[in-house]
Order: sequence, then C-alpha cells, then structure tokens
Amino acid sequence: MVEFILSHVEQGVMTLTLNRPERLNSFNDVMHQQLADCLKQAERDETIRCLLITGAGRGFCAGQDLNDRNVDPTGPAPDLGMSVETFYNPLVRRLAKLPKPVIAAVNGVAAGAGATLALGCDMVIAARSASFVMAFSKLGLVPDCGGTWLLPRVAGRARAMGLALLGDKLSAEQAQSWGMIWQVVDDEQLATTAQQMALHIASQPTFGLGLIKQAMHAAETNTLDAQLDLERDYQRLAGRSDDYREGVSAFMAKRTPHFTGK
Amino acid sequence: MSELIITRHGCVLQLTLNRPAARNALNNALLAQIADALEAAAVDSNISVCVIYGNAHCFAAGADLNEMAEKDLPATLNDIRPQLWARINAFTKPLIAAVNGFALGAGCELALLCDVVIAGENARFGLPEITLGIMPGAGGTQRLIRCVGKSLASKMILTGESITAQHAQAVGLVSDVFPAMLTLEYALKQAAVMARHSPLALQAAKQALRQSQEVSLQAGLAQERQLFTLLSATDDRREGIEAFLQKRTPDFKGR
Repeated sequence: MVEFILSHVEQGVMTLTLNRPERLNSFNDVMHQQLADCLKQAERDETIRCLLITGAGRGFCAGQDLNDRNVDPTGPAPDLGMSVETFYNPLVRRLAKLPKPVIAAVNGVAAGAGATLALGCDMVIAARSASFVMAFSKLGLVPDCGGTWLLPRVAGRARAMGLALLGDKLSAEQAQSWGMIWQVVDDEQLATTAQQMALHIASQPTFGLGLIKQAMHAAETNTLDAQLDLERDYQRLAGRSDDYREGVSAFMAKRTPHFTGK
Repeated sequence: MSELIITRHGCVLQLTLNRPAARNALNNALLAQIADALEAAAVDSNISVCVIYGNAHCFAAGADLNEMAEKDLPATLNDIRPQLWARINAFTKPLIAAVNGFALGAGCELALLCDVVIAGENARFGLPEITLGIMPGAGGTQRLIRCVGKSLASKMILTGESITAQHAQAVGLVSDVFPAMLTLEYALKQAAVMARHSPLALQAAKQALRQSQEVSLQAGLAQERQLFTLLSATDDRREGIEAFLQKRTPDFKGR
C-alpha cells in the first residue's frame, strides 16, 4: 500500500508527514483514510503526548487534490459537501478534541484546506519561505476545514475577510506579524525547531495541557460566566492529577519535575 | 460483584449500574434490582434523594437484546417488564440520573423517567429501537416528546439517531452538563442540596410536578393547591419558615 502519511512515534511525539510530494501533499480519499487511522492511534495510545504534522518535499499541503474530485464541466454538479462531511469535518473535530497538543511544522506552501488545517493546529511553526493561500474563493468555493470559523479568530475579522475574499498568498512572516502563527524560522531550521518543541511538550503535564486546550476551545462559544464555571471544573480535575503533585513537590524540593502526563 | 451497587451518602442513595461487559444493558434482573432498591428507599425515612449512575463511559446502552429476542408475541404480551418500569416510576422521592456516555434505548428511557438528568460532556441520548425493527417500549415515545417537543422527538425516534449532551441540555432533556469525570460528584452534590430540604415538601413537590404531565392545567393547579395545603399541616413547614426568619439552618424532621 502507498504510504500517503508517514507515521513515526518516538519519545512521546507522533510525527505525521503528509507524503504525496509530487502533488504538494494534497489530499485524496486514501490519504484521508490513512490520516484518520493515525489519529485513531494518537487518540488511543497514552504514550503519545504530542502530535507533530508536517509535509514531505517542498510543500506542506495543497488542500484537496482537484484531480481526485473528477469535476466534469458537462456532468452533474458534484457534492462537495459529502467530502467535507466525510473527511475534513471529522479531521478538524478530532484534532480539536484530541486532549494533547498538535503542532504544525509548515515547511512550504499551505493552500486551501491545507492552510486552514495548519492554522487550526494548536501551535504553528513555519519555514520562512512557507506561505498560506486561501485559494477557495478563486474557485468559487468557501474556506472549509474550519476556515471560516478559524480565520476571524486568528487574524481578526477585517483580515480574515481580505484573506478569504481575495484568496491571495500570505507569507509566513506576514502571518506571524499578524499573530496568526507562533513562530517563523529559517527553512533549514524548521525540522529541528519543530522537533525540539514537540519533544519538550511531550515531556510536560499532558493531562493539564489537554485541559488548557479544551478550555480555550470552549471559550470561543462560552459566556464569561460559563467559562468561569468551566475553569473551576477543569482546575478541580487538574488539581487531582499526578503531574500537579509532581510539579508542586519538584518545585518545593527545587528539582526538575518528572511528568508522566497523567 | 453485584450488577447493582448500592451506596449511601448521608440522606442520598446512589445506585450504580454495574454490568460493564454488557454496557449496562438493562435486563429484567437489573430492572428488578433497581425497583427493589427504590422500594426499600421509599419507606426508609433516612433517605431523601436517589441518584442513578452508570460509569465514566456508559450509563446504559439499551435493553438486553438476547432477552428480548426470545420473546414472541404472547410472551411479549405477558412480559413482566412493564410492571418493573411501573415500580421504578412509582418512586416518590427525587430521582436524579447522572449520565456519562451512552444512554440509549432503555437507558435513555430510564434517564427520561428520572426527575432530573445531569450529563457528562461525553453523554449521548438516543432511542435506536427503530433500527432493530422495533420501537421504544418503556416511555420513550411519551416522555421524550414532552421534554424536547414534537419535531426533535420524532426525528430521534424515527431515525434512531442520538444527540449530544450539549444538544440535550439546549432542548431541556438535561439540566446540567459537566466534565465527565465530575458528573457523579456534581449529581451527588445536587442531590445533597435537595436532601437538605424537608422530605415531605420534596415528595409533595415531586407529586405536583408529576401530575402536571397527567391532567389539565386547571386540575393541576387544584391538585397543586391541595398538596400545598397538605404541607401547611407539617412541623417541617413551621421549622422551615421559622429558621428563615431567624436566619438559621432549618432542622427538618420529616413530619
């Protein structure tokens, strides 16, 4: 079987490499299926404490492979909602729900669903030469893979509108200066920087990090009152974790904590 | 280990469904144990409220299909099951369902029968009977429509699709949604709040709430007033009002 997703687990980090370099790692159905299988493993395996997503070759991900959609200009209209519902929506939901941090190392162009997928990860590190292209509007489509929810949240409404309506290329540096991504590094340093970040996160209190992530997501829809209640609940849970005890006792004993993620 | 674990927390009784291998499927034996436990609790003056809980991942995923499959028409006609449900439904004290994970089929019907449903974020409610060529047989078609309305109730029952805890809360099937790991704890807390009140007042209020589903508004108001008048003859009412006026905690005796 062709491996469209390379999966590698080491020291608590699951590295997923989108691997169709000749097609700029654009998605087809088989690749979606393989990614879903990897996510299943990430969800079930407690030893995996951080997910790192990157692309093989010169691109990160060019979104949906248009060849694969087989649009016949004379045929009946395709049901694009089907592929969104079958593949992209579950993917976005699962990454958002995954109670462990997800890092995107954007090594090159991220276009369409590839861009919105990357921006939707918990932390985004981009190579200086990378770019984000909201290409949807140029085809008459709507940003999917969480795009319309995500863009105004990471870029603000005015910039989100501009990005989505114009569909122009956004450089990694511009994305960083707008606060849309965490970090830009020189191309040759991307892999190392992202790997180090992932290894660090995989050694941290995973249960607590998962709660932080869920709380941030809940905050997008909650009122202040509801969010305060949620913070109380999550703090109650965090306070019962092994890692909290370890963190406090390490602090008291002035030693380095050893977190198990539980 | 018993299939129904009975735990006491002061005046609160906790019933834990414990058939994890069968995802807490409600077979006749388990329903009978629930009915027994509730009937004992009904006459135990030390118990004010009861909480029914499954586990972190599942409340009850339905009835026991093996048990049901064996029954042909005559056997179904004379099934003891409706009587077991009636015994559970006859419990006169507040009954809280603390639901994590699946509450499907009979599990959903059990939750619907309870006075209050508290759910974990991972809870799902549904009546998938239709997918098996049958239909809800223990109140599902009657109680669901009364709390969520016609359209959603019909959709759930005719498609067999389940809804999330958040959705269930928005439509009124569920009163609160908490992180799954806190569901039981918070349900017991709410039970404890109820249990601080006069036991007779709790029972009377529950009876009035129940009757609102049975009779017209005018008859309901008349019955409510009768129950209200009934409480005026209790020691607890005097104690409750006195304690309020004297700014102290009331000490209810159940008289």
